[in-house]
Amino acid sequence: MQIPHSTIALVTILGMALVTYITRISGLWLMKFVTPSPRITVWLRSIPGAVLVALVAPTLVSDSLVTIPATLATILIMVRTKNVVLALIAGVGTIWLFRAIIHWV
Amino acid sequence: MDEPVRFTFAGALAGVRRTVPLALSDLAVGIIFGALAHQAGVSLLEALLMSSLVYAGSAQFVAVSLWTMPLPVVAIIVTTLVVNARYLLLGAALYPWFARLSPLKVYGSFFLLADENWALTIHEFEQGKRDAAFLVGSGLLLFISWGSTTLIGYLAGAIIQDPAQWGLDFAFTAVFVALLTSMWKGKTNLLPWLVAAIVAIAAAHWLPGTWYVLAGGLAGSIVGALTHADPS
Repeated sequence: MQIPHSTIALVTILGMALVTYITRISGLWLMKFVTPSPRITVWLRSIPGAVLVALVAPTLVSDSLVTIPATLATILIMVRTKNVVLALIAGVGTIWLFRAIIHWV
Repeated sequence: MDEPVRFTFAGALAGVRRTVPLALSDLAVGIIFGALAHQAGVSLLEALLMSSLVYAGSAQFVAVSLWTMPLPVVAIIVTTLVVNARYLLLGAALYPWFARLSPLKVYGSFFLLADENWALTIHEFEQGKRDAAFLVGSGLLLFISWGSTTLIGYLAGAIIQDPAQWGLDFAFTAVFVALLTSMWKGKTNLLPWLVAAIVAIAAAHWLPGTWYVLAGGLAGSIVGALTHADPS
């Protein structure tokens, strides 16, 4: 029997919700027994950045060469403006521009 | 610290008021999330359920980028757990003030615990304020705006017919690159991020599915903790 996609999606979201709620309440509860060491603190704080790097790195090396200028444009605008929307527009716009040029050449 | 901690409506209202500027600056992020969820093939109901039940920005962006058919259920849930493990620290830091409240108040309030309302609440407490309901008021505003901007972004994303034609297939990468740029703190990030990237690229080759995200994320963050010069 095939489980419908919508059921699997719902289970995924409920699972995400459950583990997230557990992380929200466990820190306070654990404090009754232990305090986090500085090294654990550094570790937990550095996870989100490392996960995001792991998420984009394979895409950046395997996709077409166009992603390189687009990535650089995104970084440049983010550094200059600190605005995610503008950085997003810069990156997507660069991809669009390069594809348009390649298409017309 | 010896003064009793209150939990009042006025405190919650103060939380709402103090969070307005931050909520406004976060609006765009929710809209981007909604649009990307649509692009990834998440249904509107699923996107709204995610934003209201999970209610955790970074983890939701990661989950939606891993949203392929068939769904990597376990990988998405485990990655969500790992990305949100930092909430342990936020909860732990609130211990001095919340430990003496009733379990219902603590475990109810903490559903709304996020980076933003946590930072504002800690600031309040450090100013000598003693109303723990501040966290709830602040969190409620963030919760409502996260959910409604998810809806707006999703509907806006649905208007775009052929995302790749506009370069929007790059949108996920662009958002992550932008977030990473804002997280960059200098040389300390270099080695952990390099390790995360190399392990992820290798694991994408050798491991099935989307486990490379977790492999790279764990490897990079562990290197970060081990090489951190002065963890005190």
